[in-house]
Amino acid sequence: MASRTVTIASKVGLHARPAATFSRAAAASGLPVTLSVGDKEPVNAASILAVMGLGVGYGQQVTLTAEGAGAEEALDRLAELLAGEEAGQ
Amino acid sequence: MKAGTIHGLGVSPGTARAPLARLAPPIRTAATDPVTEEPEAALARIEWALGAVAAEMAERADRAQGVAVDILLTTSAMAGDPTLLTVAGERLRAGSPTGHAVTTAVETFCAQLQAHGGYLAERVTDLRDIAARAVALLAGVPMPGIPAPGHPIVLTARDLSPADTATLPGSDVVALLTEEGGPTSHTAILAKSLGLPAVVGCPAAAELPVGVPVLVDGSTGEVRIGPDAERGAVAAGLSAVRPTVATGPGRTRDGVGVALLNNVGTLADAVAAASTDSEGVGLFRTEFLFLGRRTEPRVEEQTDAYTEVLRAFGARPVVLRTLDAGSDKPLPFLPLGEEDNPALGVRGLRTSTVFPEALSRQLTAVAEAARGLGRSVRVMAPMVATAEEASWFADTAREHGIADVGVMIEVPAAALRAGELLDVVDFVSIGTNDLGQYTMAADRAAGALGHLLDPWQPALLDLVALVGAAGRARGKPVGVCGEAASDPLLAAVLVGLGVTSLSMAPVSRPAVHAELAGLSAEDCVAIAEAALGSVGARQARAHAREVRDQRWSVPE
Repeated sequence: MASRTVTIASKVGLHARPAATFSRAAAASGLPVTLSVGDKEPVNAASILAVMGLGVGYGQQVTLTAEGAGAEEALDRLAELLAGEEAGQ
Repeated sequence: MKAGTIHGLGVSPGTARAPLARLAPPIRTAATDPVTEEPEAALARIEWALGAVAAEMAERADRAQGVAVDILLTTSAMAGDPTLLTVAGERLRAGSPTGHAVTTAVETFCAQLQAHGGYLAERVTDLRDIAARAVALLAGVPMPGIPAPGHPIVLTARDLSPADTATLPGSDVVALLTEEGGPTSHTAILAKSLGLPAVVGCPAAAELPVGVPVLVDGSTGEVRIGPDAERGAVAAGLSAVRPTVATGPGRTRDGVGVALLNNVGTLADAVAAASTDSEGVGLFRTEFLFLGRRTEPRVEEQTDAYTEVLRAFGARPVVLRTLDAGSDKPLPFLPLGEEDNPALGVRGLRTSTVFPEALSRQLTAVAEAARGLGRSVRVMAPMVATAEEASWFADTAREHGIADVGVMIEVPAAALRAGELLDVVDFVSIGTNDLGQYTMAADRAAGALGHLLDPWQPALLDLVALVGAAGRARGKPVGVCGEAASDPLLAAVLVGLGVTSLSMAPVSRPAVHAELAGLSAEDCVAIAEAALGSVGARQARAHAREVRDQRWSVPE
């Protein structure tokens, strides 16, 4: 199983718009990707509602996991999205 | 309730009066509704209904503009979330009726978002709207929505969903009044972007009968009802029920000119503001050219950008503020190092004294842009504390061929010695947001200190009065380019204190224009004196309001 730990770069955290961008990208990967923060249960990263429900704030660390062919590359792209400025726009 | 006044939070300035209309309420579902279909069939229909809602939101996003696009696309993504179906499926298998399975599935997520508070909690309205629409589709009844009686209405609701607000442009709605919602709810954001007066967070609105005339003041949060609304409308000069539209240059009732300018921060802002009857730009923030860059933009690139803004405004005045950078907004090409206290560190003009070449290049580009168009331009420096700094900046700008030079008054020291600064520059512009933060020793980002940052704080007004008096004594212009300028009543106070121009977002201009048009210069002085003679911000506002209400009259 592949995994990445990322610090959220969006100044507003993973709220509606950054969450929408991220969950869309997770769904587009075609792999089951999970997102977790702290000791909360990992959630389906492709679900905008589950992602928003975590209430992840700016500067918090989150962990992504995925399984299957291309998992490493998919997580690289998603991690970049969370760590990049784009998610904060 | 037939007459009286109720209060909420004013989130979008302007005043409008019209009969009240209520948003068609959503259908309520209950666990006791009859179960009419097998769970598998019910789930297939729910999938269809949610898919239709997602598609409709995406389609509305296609037709919408500005902030509405993002809100609608996010709502579409929430409606199409597969997790929603999973939870609804669980409810159906546990024996829930179809519609109620949608309601309860959505409420599961609402509870999570509400637990986080703030922005996420305010998205609950969007989510409940998805459920209401899907339930209406499942039951085969019309969608909840905005009434269209064919005459102006003030629309009231518990809160408005993105789908409702997206259909506001071109509707009969002239103002919004909601029971719930905060300053960052999309009702507030969209109302502001549409220039519709709006009051949110007003629970008493639930008790108002449909059809009663109401007067909504989106600046103060005041809502007058019945005969009070009619009296208030006369006092506010609303002869028509449409919101007042300001035309022509800003002036007092007795004809004293008060230039009503715009703040712009991007090329798009500038082009939008230039298409209104704005009298020019009081604050052109140039940071957009620099932030997020690895290297400093070349002189040619800067010249092109400044040319575009100056050209958009034709012959109208434009005040360009030189780069306002500091360690809180670090730029890789102007390395300042870490500071424990960036608000009190090297920022504004102080950055330019460390990197004078960057300022020189910016001034070269500004002068070149003005020369190319054969028009004038004004420049001003941010974060100036002393006359020596003002003098250095003025000399530097004039050496570059810019004749009209000013400085911002954001530091209390500069306000206290405004006369000395005005002796070496052509104009000053008061940044009330920063001046407030430095006067009250309260961080602008600290939410708990909001009351100290109220622009009605008499200590802040005292400093504005000093600057205004210094400007009057020398016959030099004094502008205001902070939040304070967009509050109509406070605008009258500022004019009374000697301020000669006000710079604000384009959406705030009509309300300020209408307010000043009904007051003489002497009235403004009396209102200002009432505010200065008060103890605390709340009393200052109340006293100013009292004098204003006695003196305001319909402009001829």
